[in-house]
Amino acid sequence: MAEATNRDDPQTWANPETGPYWHAAAGGKLLLKHCTACDQAHWYPRHFCPHCGSDRTEWRESQGRGKVYTFTVMRRPAPRVIGYVTLDEGISIFTNIVDCDPDSLQIGQRVQARMAEQADGTFLPVFAPD
Amino acid sequence: MTAYIAGAFEHPTRKAVDKTIAQLHAESAMGALADAGLSISDVDGFFCGNDMPGVGAFAIVDYLNLKLRHIDTTDTGGCSYMIHVAHAAQAIAAGKCNVALITLGGRPRAEGMATGTAVRAGHHAQPDLPFEAPFGNVIAGSYAMVAKRHMHDFGTTPEQLAWIKVAASHHAQHNSNAVLRDVVTVEDVVNSPLVADPLHRLDCCVISDGGGALVVTRPEIAKTLNRPLVKVRGMGEAMKGQNGGKVALSYSAIASAGPRAFAEAGLTPADIKYASIYDSFTITVLMQLEDLGFCEKGAGGRFVQDGNLISGTGRLPFNTDGGGLCNNHPNNRGGMTKIIEAVRQLRGEAHPAVQVPSCDLALASGIGGSLGMRHGGSVVILERE
Repeated sequence: MAEATNRDDPQTWANPETGPYWHAAAGGKLLLKHCTACDQAHWYPRHFCPHCGSDRTEWRESQGRGKVYTFTVMRRPAPRVIGYVTLDEGISIFTNIVDCDPDSLQIGQRVQARMAEQADGTFLPVFAPD
Repeated sequence: MTAYIAGAFEHPTRKAVDKTIAQLHAESAMGALADAGLSISDVDGFFCGNDMPGVGAFAIVDYLNLKLRHIDTTDTGGCSYMIHVAHAAQAIAAGKCNVALITLGGRPRAEGMATGTAVRAGHHAQPDLPFEAPFGNVIAGSYAMVAKRHMHDFGTTPEQLAWIKVAASHHAQHNSNAVLRDVVTVEDVVNSPLVADPLHRLDCCVISDGGGALVVTRPEIAKTLNRPLVKVRGMGEAMKGQNGGKVALSYSAIASAGPRAFAEAGLTPADIKYASIYDSFTITVLMQLEDLGFCEKGAGGRFVQDGNLISGTGRLPFNTDGGGLCNNHPNNRGGMTKIIEAVRQLRGEAHPAVQVPSCDLALASGIGGSLGMRHGGSVVILERE
């Protein structure tokens, strides 16, 4: 298990590129980067837009609504669902799908994000069926 | 101007409790050089991935005491070796080296590595890591997500995927070095325990030790050696990731690399008599067959079913050594053995029960890394002159 990251961690909280994501996430908000040059969001957040290369990227809050793009179920040590969710903003993010019966989950199902504390003390969006 | 694969050697071990990683590289190198009829002192170009311990090739080059004019440590995981062959051919054509040695070695099985199911640490400064690592993905899960989406998009079934393992097992039964030598049925595969839905244990390749090596050389040298001439005719390489969030898992990097290899060779899939297709998982094979153009996108399930990959009866004999699915996937990198079996087929040196008649054109395709996250794809097309 990873050591809990602290507020000085240069890969997360103190990361010059992604710090605002980590701090907002701890407060329950999902921030995406949005490029004002090409008008597209991207994930994971970067300084330069991966679609057009522009540095005119800004943080925008997402409502975290989307649908299941794909998933798998790992059974051991306990069932967990790993997959991608396509947000209504048009990009897909890698995540866990929670609060569901893995055997009845469907691709295309509508899901909603909530920010969840991870073992390392950071917060990432997980998704539960509507 | 091109180059020839003059030496090919697959280390016979599958559980190397009595060898070091360095020894596996060295024994494979010596085996390929002996196969070619060349010596270590002839080598002036060297290609290796990250499987030799240490930074780049410092340790292995010093261990073997190579004197080099050309060095390339391109690493795209298991498909590094198609890229090494391609880069060797390009270096030889450019006059940068005469005899290129490519090696692989490792011992994950002796070390008890859970290749497909253990969470891997990654490098702490990878920009993707903090956003993904906490979710506990593993390699089998990454490939399983791709299979799940393929089933959704195209109606591919677990039974169709199972046929890929069935075909490999038909070939492996003739290979005395194979890890798994029993012929299996579709029922055996789909009744094996789920590892990551929808992939079962038998949808996954073996974990094995050993390695292999190749020697690539210029035409003038190849023609003095007492081996059949195997020419590098086409090459392609590509990488594919999450596309900034525009994730599209219905195709792989091979959709880019494959057509370029065929275009360079001036050939089409219909010309290929034998194909080595990277088989870390059954879905990996199916994806490449589509992306290479052996069938339409989405039609992979229908293409592989009913034994279409079995030598002697199917349309496209594949992985006649038994592949990674049944024979060998040394150090979790299956690209080397894919090329080696293609060379055997072209030389007429495959097992008689699986040798393709008049095998003059073969292909080796590989996918390395994590198909559902970020991966590489590479293809070489080879010809027997």
